[in-house]
Amino acid sequence: MSTAGATMVMTVTDYKSSAKPIWCPGCGDFGVLNGIYRAMTSLQLDPDQTVIVSGIGCSSRLPYFIKSYGFHSVHGRALPVATGVKLANPELTVVVVGGDGDGFSIGGGHIPHTAAENVDLTYIVMDNAIYGLTKGQPSPTSPLNFVTNASPYGLQKDPLNPVAMAITYGTSFVASGYSAQAKELGELILRGMKHRGFSLINVQSPCPTFNHDITYDTVGERVKPVPPEHDPTDRIAALRLAFDSQHVYTGVLYTNDRPTFEDKVRALNERASARPAPTIDAYFERYV
Amino acid sequence: MSYRDFRYVTVRIGGEGGEGVISAGEILALAAAHAGLDVYTFRTYPAEIKGGHAMYQLRVGPDTILSQGDYLDVLVAMNREAFDRDHQDLDRYGFLLYDGKDGDKDLPPATPERIDYLVPMTELARKIGSPQSKNLIAVGATAALLNLPLEPIKEVVAHKFGRKGDKVVGKNLEALQVAIDYVRDNIKKRDIYKLTAQPSQRHKPVMSGNECLSVGALAAGCDFYAGYPITPASDIMEWLARELPLRKGVVVQTEDEIAALAMVLGASYAGKKAMTATSGPGFSLMAELIGLASMAEIPAVIADIQRSGPSTGMPTKTEQGDLYTALYASHGESPRIVIAPTTVRDCFFQAINAFKLAQKFQMPVILLSDTNLAHRKESIDKPAESEYETPSPNGFYAPQPGEHYQRYRITDTGVSPRTVPGIKHGRQMATGIEHTEDGLPNYEPPNRARMVRKRFEKLAAVEREFHEFDQFGHPQPDVGIVGWGSTQGVVRHAMARAADHGYRVAAFYPKLLNPLPSEALRTFVRSVRRIIVPEVNYQGQFANILAARFGVDPIRINRYDGRPLVPKQIYDTILEVSQP
Repeated sequence: MSTAGATMVMTVTDYKSSAKPIWCPGCGDFGVLNGIYRAMTSLQLDPDQTVIVSGIGCSSRLPYFIKSYGFHSVHGRALPVATGVKLANPELTVVVVGGDGDGFSIGGGHIPHTAAENVDLTYIVMDNAIYGLTKGQPSPTSPLNFVTNASPYGLQKDPLNPVAMAITYGTSFVASGYSAQAKELGELILRGMKHRGFSLINVQSPCPTFNHDITYDTVGERVKPVPPEHDPTDRIAALRLAFDSQHVYTGVLYTNDRPTFEDKVRALNERASARPAPTIDAYFERYV
Repeated sequence: MSYRDFRYVTVRIGGEGGEGVISAGEILALAAAHAGLDVYTFRTYPAEIKGGHAMYQLRVGPDTILSQGDYLDVLVAMNREAFDRDHQDLDRYGFLLYDGKDGDKDLPPATPERIDYLVPMTELARKIGSPQSKNLIAVGATAALLNLPLEPIKEVVAHKFGRKGDKVVGKNLEALQVAIDYVRDNIKKRDIYKLTAQPSQRHKPVMSGNECLSVGALAAGCDFYAGYPITPASDIMEWLARELPLRKGVVVQTEDEIAALAMVLGASYAGKKAMTATSGPGFSLMAELIGLASMAEIPAVIADIQRSGPSTGMPTKTEQGDLYTALYASHGESPRIVIAPTTVRDCFFQAINAFKLAQKFQMPVILLSDTNLAHRKESIDKPAESEYETPSPNGFYAPQPGEHYQRYRITDTGVSPRTVPGIKHGRQMATGIEHTEDGLPNYEPPNRARMVRKRFEKLAAVEREFHEFDQFGHPQPDVGIVGWGSTQGVVRHAMARAADHGYRVAAFYPKLLNPLPSEALRTFVRSVRRIIVPEVNYQGQFANILAARFGVDPIRINRYDGRPLVPKQIYDTILEVSQP
């Protein structure tokens, strides 16, 4: 992780780009953006050494609003793009942002592999249980019987449980947050960024325009901080919290510390490059 | 090289998959190369791991070999099926070498014309207590009949089986000797073929297209590879997985081809010279990301090693069926460069060009090879170090403090100054959304039109700066052949024969299929009376493009049965269309 020079103190304003967010008034994503600004400020991240990567969706517009390097890629592929960035230059701080459709539906196949590799990325999912950019179809976290234009008789599918999935995959840092709790969310993102390895933070980020079932009111009733006695290294205890049907537990549910993908690649490269590599000519000679 | 020359021999070994057919062919090919001969191989094997018919063909001779040949001079049938499938391909001077009744009960029927030699391969292998050495009996007998010296074969066998221990090497060497003794004591040679070992200073590397492509990637400075296993491209990943870490490069086997290209784009965005390799099915999964690379102007090298499609098709058989998809895959209009190497050796040079052009013009470059080119082995003239430059380090733009840096600035060539993360004052958004020169979203009509033109302007610049092609044959041709990729050797072979018979034929092979070297190509097609376009596909994809672009009506030669073209198909067409 690279921090800005000690001589210049960065404030939240210094991380705001000139582009203004295009989200609807009341969108939960504003809270997430503020949380990211706060975490970047706490860490005094160097904007030239930071890359924000996203897929496609309302929330994937976020990189434009941060003064840093950014990559607005295609739907569902932000994780492998970010893995490429991080492997290319492990000194960079790489943050991945996107929605629940981008992450858990079209891009869902990349999460277990990123978790297994344990790439040092901070993945922040803005979960609004709806497809907002396409104006209101059910998403992978929408509830059973959810009525939308695309499910006029009610959705015939159970919601995924992304936090439980992330824990099951062995993601080395799994947290859950709420966009209306700015201070706590900033704190969580900060902890995720500090964590070495793949961290996934699923944030309840209500969509007041298209989702009238999952709102600040309904989410506000369900959120509850992770109990102080919870041991985040206890995977079964973490799963028990994740599977609680009454509450959305906010805070850090699960952690496990192990070497990152970049650490493993670096160690491999050091071992392999201990002796001088063959010249191009030597490769041809090998086939004579 | 004259067309009919008995110093050149085409040998085909056929048998059951898993009984060492490919291995026998490789031993013979490498041994011939160690004896100073040139080789050119062609193999087909079943897509299944065990069983099915496998075949390995090699053409051997004292000088450059352009193709796998038309007919077989030697058919080694390790079982009856191999005979049934291929005996009609035997040249009238050729000979058959077949197993005795211990292998197959039904021996091939003799004919008065054909020369048949019986070598009881199964029985001899069993006698020395090593039934799995049957393929070495075939190798020994073939070598003895063709006068191929024993020493190089022994070297190859010792090297090939060395890892399996002395016992295995010993049994295989014994099998060789038993076969040689059998031929000496029981067979009276009646054919006319004879190979002659050549001086050792002309030993050449014997390599496959995929091997040359991989070495080319290293020579170009490739330092990042991500890919997903697929026949016939996997051996590129395996080769680089072994060699790239020695240069601190990274190889990742991803969860799918989409992730592979996504990772390549991420790494390239952050400054790596990155590539992936795949075949048709994987390439189609990458289509959306090709559009992103084009729009966000990110360099990427994507090798598509074509195989017979669509869908699973015939995974181990060859085809040039992906030309359209290489040119157009993705959505909207997404400029990209398409390069087709023409020979095994050319795979090395075009891999280097692919990286050079990707970096310079900041767009996806598709390297279009195929099963035949990827897996055949050829004796190649080793590229001299002076023929390839040491890759220059990536020259990224370093903005001054306070400078208004624009990632997508419009320039004469369309190429904008490029920074990578970590460069001070160079912050930028890589984006697939239509954007301004600053990289910010913008859908206004004038901006959209300018940016579309900017991205396509780069292709015009590529054509101005790089228009490599091969033009060869008669200086005042009557008939012109325009081809692409792996068919070049077969065409040269046919043209040599046609020239011997006084036909005036020339050929044109562009290395870039997009953008085409239009001026040189237009001049060429206007200089000939008839144009032939040979392709290993059904539709004549390249012929259609030529027809549309240059208003020509080419004569098409299309093969689409999973096998490469043979010289005879080209030669016969030259005869048909030539003026008496």
